[in-house]
Amino acid sequence: MNHVRVRDDECKGCAVCVSVCPKGCLAMSGKLNTMGYEYVHFFHEEACTACGLCFLSCPEPSALTVLAEQEVE
Amino acid sequence: MIGQVQKFGKSDSFYDTYERKGEGEQSTHYCPGCGHGTIQKLIAQAIDDLKIQDRTIFLSPVGCSVFAYYYYDTGNIQCSHGRAPAVATGVKRTVKDAIVISYQGDGDLAGIGMTEIVHAANRGEPITVFFINNAIYGMTGGQMAPTTPLGRKTLTTPFGRDRDRDGMPMGMAELMQAIAAPVFIERCSVATPKELLKTRKAVHKALQNQIDNKGFSFVEILSPCPTNWGMSPVDARTWMDQQMTLLYPLGNFRDSVTKQDDRPGDQEEPLWLDDEALVDLLKGASDVPVMRMEPLSETQRVKIAGFGGQGVLSAGELVATCGMSEGLAVSWLPSYGPEMRGGSANVSVTLSMEDVGSPLVDHPNVLLVMNGPSLDHFEDQVVENALVFVNSSIVTRKVRRTDVRTIYIPATDLAQEAGLVSAANVVMVTAYLLLSKAIPLDTLKRCIPLVLRKKAFLEKNLSLVERTMVYLQENGMV
Repeated sequence: MNHVRVRDDECKGCAVCVSVCPKGCLAMSGKLNTMGYEYVHFFHEEACTACGLCFLSCPEPSALTVLAEQEVE
Repeated sequence: MIGQVQKFGKSDSFYDTYERKGEGEQSTHYCPGCGHGTIQKLIAQAIDDLKIQDRTIFLSPVGCSVFAYYYYDTGNIQCSHGRAPAVATGVKRTVKDAIVISYQGDGDLAGIGMTEIVHAANRGEPITVFFINNAIYGMTGGQMAPTTPLGRKTLTTPFGRDRDRDGMPMGMAELMQAIAAPVFIERCSVATPKELLKTRKAVHKALQNQIDNKGFSFVEILSPCPTNWGMSPVDARTWMDQQMTLLYPLGNFRDSVTKQDDRPGDQEEPLWLDDEALVDLLKGASDVPVMRMEPLSETQRVKIAGFGGQGVLSAGELVATCGMSEGLAVSWLPSYGPEMRGGSANVSVTLSMEDVGSPLVDHPNVLLVMNGPSLDHFEDQVVENALVFVNSSIVTRKVRRTDVRTIYIPATDLAQEAGLVSAANVVMVTAYLLLSKAIPLDTLKRCIPLVLRKKAFLEKNLSLVERTMVYLQENGMV
């Protein structure tokens, strides 16, 4: 399954990724990170298409990483 | 076997960690939801995709994005406010193979640096400019920018931007469109995923243009500033999409293959020297062999100071002209206030056997002071064993320094006796050249006509040279 890895401590909780995800795979976690921001979490693996919109709209360089399921050796 | 492969992740063009706040920092300094982070990721991705990381020189502006050099693992220069296009011009002309990115905000580009961007565009410099328009001065706390929409409340427009008082919002892409040289002009936005993908394409294209050496590319990117707009990051994007794009319509304004050259007017072919030829020309000029037979005993770092009207700058010109006619390397750097007469003025002159690197003279080894305040100002700056010439007609006090050689000459009195009070400067210069033996007096006499503007006074000036010589001899100074 596809997956979006969230680095909790780099997320500033702007929620732009939550608003752009066409499948609603991301949500605010309700928890605070070390910077004091409520970070997002990825919870809906079945629906994620690994389209990358969350990554592209996120202002942080490495808070999100999108992993796609595919054939590997 | 089925596995997971990274499809979108951190660009290689970013450093692994950012040293801004100590070791191991992984996040940027931007506020939550800032457009800069998103746009800089798109640029980093394009640098990766085009494989130009090793050639890229990223110019950070002044503004929130000033710290871009902490993030981009490329060449970096941080420019003065608004001057990035001028710096880009210099860098690109020097390192032709470099991919030069000028990244600027709206306060930087459309406000403070309006001149630089317009002229760089007009010259068609083959660089890429990313103009991040968030319609406000962000870093300084939310003042009105040239791009701020009408009616919008900011720190400096607390009742909203007013058309009559504050002018209309400035459309930079439209302004660029009025200039013939740019090859690529586009306005895009990061408000929605759809626009974000268009922006990615435009960023890519603007950099590809530079790789292909096509010309000046300008991409305006509308960007949110949730903090200063007082909106949530998501609301800020909605407002951009629904309101800001009415004022700043998105789209491509120009995408041409080559520079446009269709302006009517003189089309005479200019003599074209490329930059290397220009450098050779300048080098050639400095390679003129020194005609002087005897070497200078010491590089002359001369400071001449007085009040405007005493011929301070002319005295410097005279010394420099003498140096030139001796085949020496010279520099002449005047310093004066806005008033033509009566203010204080000084001039720095360097005479050297070698090329002169900087025309500044911070620690002179020769000081000519025409009035009291000049002695007060420069006495402590001269080096040990310096020659200090004092116009004792006007300066009433003695030099306090004991580690310098001081010569008192009543220059104004001597000039007055000769009937030309304004020629006290010639007395001072004559005394200096005679005692320092830096330049033969014959050369001085030959050069006075070259510098003197009122030819009627030539004889009196030349006679003052003789009179000064006699005075120095009479008083046992030579």
